[in-house]
Amino acid sequence: MWRRSASFILDQRIQHDAASTSKPETLSLSPPQTEASHMAASVEPFNQNPNPKISAYYQTRAAHTGVVTPDWLAQAQAAVGRQTEDLPSPEPDLKESDSGKSFSVIKEFDNWRKQPDLAEAVAAIRALAAVIRVSEATTMMELEIELKKASDSLKSWDTTSISLTAGCDLFMRYVTRTSALEYEDFNSARSRLIERAEKFGEISYKARRIIAMLSQDFIFDGCTILVHGFSRVVLEVLKTAAQNKKLFRVLCTEGRPDRTGLRLSNELAKLDVPVKLLIDSAVAYSMDEIDMVFVGADGVVESGGIINMMGTYQIALVAHSMNKPVYVAAESYKFARLYPLDQKDMAPALRPIDFGVPIPSKVEVETSARDYTPPQYLTLLFTDLGVLSPSVVSDELIQLYL
Amino acid sequence: MEPRRSPRTVIDPKVRQVGFFAPGAPPERSVSVPPAPIVSSSSSSPPVSDLSPSGNSLSPVMIPPPRHSSADNALLPSPSPSRPVPASPLRRDSLTTAAGRSYSKPSDFFPAMSLTASSSYAGRMVGNAEFSADLRGNTVKVVPTASSFPSGGFDLTAVKASSVPATGLTTVSVVKMMPPGITVYDPEIIVEKVGGSVEVQNDRPERSKPLKEKTSKAERRALQEAQRAAKAEGSKVPASSGAVMGANAKPIKATKPHSQKNDSATVAGSEKRGGDRLSEKDRKKDAPHPRMQYDDKIRVEKAKRRAVVKQTEAKNRVELFRHLPQYEHGTQLPDLESKFFQLDPVHPAVYKVGLQYLSGSISGGNARCIAMLEAFREAIKDYSTPSEKTLSRDLTAKISSYVSFLIECRPLSISMGNAIRFLKSCIAKVPLTLSESEAKASLQSDVEHFINEKIILADNVIVNHAVTKIRDGDVLLTYGSSSAVEMILLHAHELGKQFRVVVVDSRPKLEGKLLLRRLVGKGLSCTYTNINAISYIMREVTQVFLGASSVLSNGTVYSRVGTACVAMVAHEFRVPVLVCCEAYKFHERVQLDSICSNELGDPDVISEVPGRDDINYLDGLTNSENLQLLNLIYDVTPSDYVSMIVTDYGMVPPTSVPVIVREYRREHVWV
Repeated sequence: MWRRSASFILDQRIQHDAASTSKPETLSLSPPQTEASHMAASVEPFNQNPNPKISAYYQTRAAHTGVVTPDWLAQAQAAVGRQTEDLPSPEPDLKESDSGKSFSVIKEFDNWRKQPDLAEAVAAIRALAAVIRVSEATTMMELEIELKKASDSLKSWDTTSISLTAGCDLFMRYVTRTSALEYEDFNSARSRLIERAEKFGEISYKARRIIAMLSQDFIFDGCTILVHGFSRVVLEVLKTAAQNKKLFRVLCTEGRPDRTGLRLSNELAKLDVPVKLLIDSAVAYSMDEIDMVFVGADGVVESGGIINMMGTYQIALVAHSMNKPVYVAAESYKFARLYPLDQKDMAPALRPIDFGVPIPSKVEVETSARDYTPPQYLTLLFTDLGVLSPSVVSDELIQLYL
Repeated sequence: MEPRRSPRTVIDPKVRQVGFFAPGAPPERSVSVPPAPIVSSSSSSPPVSDLSPSGNSLSPVMIPPPRHSSADNALLPSPSPSRPVPASPLRRDSLTTAAGRSYSKPSDFFPAMSLTASSSYAGRMVGNAEFSADLRGNTVKVVPTASSFPSGGFDLTAVKASSVPATGLTTVSVVKMMPPGITVYDPEIIVEKVGGSVEVQNDRPERSKPLKEKTSKAERRALQEAQRAAKAEGSKVPASSGAVMGANAKPIKATKPHSQKNDSATVAGSEKRGGDRLSEKDRKKDAPHPRMQYDDKIRVEKAKRRAVVKQTEAKNRVELFRHLPQYEHGTQLPDLESKFFQLDPVHPAVYKVGLQYLSGSISGGNARCIAMLEAFREAIKDYSTPSEKTLSRDLTAKISSYVSFLIECRPLSISMGNAIRFLKSCIAKVPLTLSESEAKASLQSDVEHFINEKIILADNVIVNHAVTKIRDGDVLLTYGSSSAVEMILLHAHELGKQFRVVVVDSRPKLEGKLLLRRLVGKGLSCTYTNINAISYIMREVTQVFLGASSVLSNGTVYSRVGTACVAMVAHEFRVPVLVCCEAYKFHERVQLDSICSNELGDPDVISEVPGRDDINYLDGLTNSENLQLLNLIYDVTPSDYVSMIVTDYGMVPPTSVPVIVREYRREHVWV
């Protein structure tokens, strides 16, 4: 969020060991150049989701964090029916000057999205910044309308991604608040918006650092942590804890179907953290030895509950019934003005599941990629706004959006 | 409860003694007896005929303060800080002085009264027989107020000794603090003006506060001595009146606190002395407290005398709910109708609305609120500022008098309280530079804005939000008849959603039938059942939509009785409960049970079923002492049972109600 943040913790830290900080500037400000092999020149219109049956968000996630088996890939490609990768738009700064017309916000977004370390919301905001750059608007009003259109098309392109929606909303909110009235002329307002959008990647990285800092107090020596799926924030939290010489053990769930847990256990093993892998159904079995549950979130909703990878809800239920704390690590740009009442009260996010053997066509397969965990099963949320109880989320959202 | 109430009620406060202490007057010295530690039964009340002689100016009231002598100067003139001020929208805003506030509120604390306080004055009366009537007049009126001083847990013995010296001072200061506006319109009050007090009255408006410091040391000293003397005298009395004590069978030790309490009571008594300045217009300000405790007989008596609507109190009320008003229904309408042309203080439009409330032809939170605001708008239209008055002050007083009339007809709902608060803040904000017609026009448009924005528009927004939660194949359950829920269901039907409605209803109002009729008329498929079947029907329900009279700061939903039951069953069945409530009904109060603030309906309607003579088993029993009928109107639903509150600011969890109150109430209602 644009407002206050607990970044002072970070700033202090940076001042403290100013010498040793080598802030990884992995976030290049230009879209990544995807491999040339995918440069299939398909010029089909990008204006709609290629396959509404499959959640683009979860596909990207799987591509970034999952351990993809060849047969899954084959199945996924069969389901999509075509090459998912498309012509990457070259450097927008170069291109926009000569072919402004051919610019598409979705294409832009899609390119940003492929950068593994970049959050979806950041990608969305980068894409919107590109819209501003390309735009030929001369007044703030025109620009706003243009942006609105772009963000609407982005949102409708992938309705399953909460952080995409939240990122668009957040930026739109910022644009409407930063009216040109504050600046004398349109151009300075415009450059300010672009600057802000560029900065957002940094903010998102910083947010992860803040969350990692905040959560250190909760990780004590000798504790056992259960982690579900792969989350960049949770990885950052655990990495920081390991760097702080904390002694802890991690149990990783497998994270079917894209097996994101394997990836996480791999990363943790590199840090010399003792890791144990579980299959997803062994959660209740091993809950006894667990001290806390750490999960990430795809989205944090108005009620204070989270929407996360399939399986989070049942882990939270088991942890709740055994009185184990469930901690959620989520950046504040994942806060969304959604209020699901139950599991089915969300736009379905589907993805293909590989069972290893062919499934008879008569058998129905539950392909939903995520579930909703109600707030009463969560203990605390670690966000860059601080450590919040679930009910504060709504407070923050009301202050931000109303 | 009963035993402690009865002693006070024995004495009918017929006399308002205006005691004023003129320091140095010898007769007063002997007479102004600080209460001696005596106990007597309340039955020993003196004859009523023994009123104070009208010409007698030598009847002072000595008022030792309730607390330390050192603190009483600071404490007494403004006792209000020590009390939690109820956040009632109808607080007398016009009476801004400290004393003014202290007058209007003691009723809140009345239940804290103990037996000792009430019996002590009786003892005191016995002590000074000749002034008993006068004292009684004062004390009786005052007893409830006494309890408002935080003297309860005090070391009373210690206090008593220390409190004596400053008494005279306190008396003076309190009396002089009286703001001119405070009056008690009470025809039965016999006003007496002691020489000193008359003078004070004349210049009271100019010098209200500074006077209290003016009491010189010498004066105080004189007082002190007077009291000591009196005390020495008084201490003899108990021996003689000891015989009377038997009735109460009270140890003498216990009487110590009495004197102290009694004293503080008398302090307050002198506050009320303001009653000597009554006039028609002041009467308007002097409305009953919106949350008056109705088990306080004295206040009720007073409120009744003031009341336009002569409601008869139901005799046989359930013990736990005696603090709530409960009236015999159906008797007062003809009386009120006949009064229509004689009552000038109440605007006809307001009068009409009041009658409609009374007869029940307008019910439902929004309907009542809109009707009230429309009536006020009419009243503002016809309003003209009297000469030598400012619009903002006089109109506020006028509105207050209307509100008190409406309260007499039916207790206010929280939403109405919020609306009134809004209106009053609008009146207060009217710039002085505006001409009267402009001010009136702006106020009228303010009222209209409120109705449109906060009620009608808000309902539209709520409907649009809530409809997104209705999916095809849903079975929606609703309880009673809520206007917001009805709009949601109709709109969802218009959008072509396929769903079914279960209307749950309950005796005695059976409001659900009306809703059912309208829904079926629009072609919705409905099921109608009574609340008895709730646990059966809940199995097939997918969502519960409820209306609310108010949502309180802890997320508690205050709504039609039975709502809590429905929400609880739904919660037990893991069915989401959506409460639809406009944000103007949110209130910053917190309520944990449905006892302390509620409304009692006509008890007869639950005892008999009209048209079913065969089951009227209670015929002839309704007046039985052993039968108490409870017809509650509202109940509170804990926030645990509520999944979501749909409001005009979106769909929020119940924990966010205080956030909305904090963020938005300020800009609309508070200045």
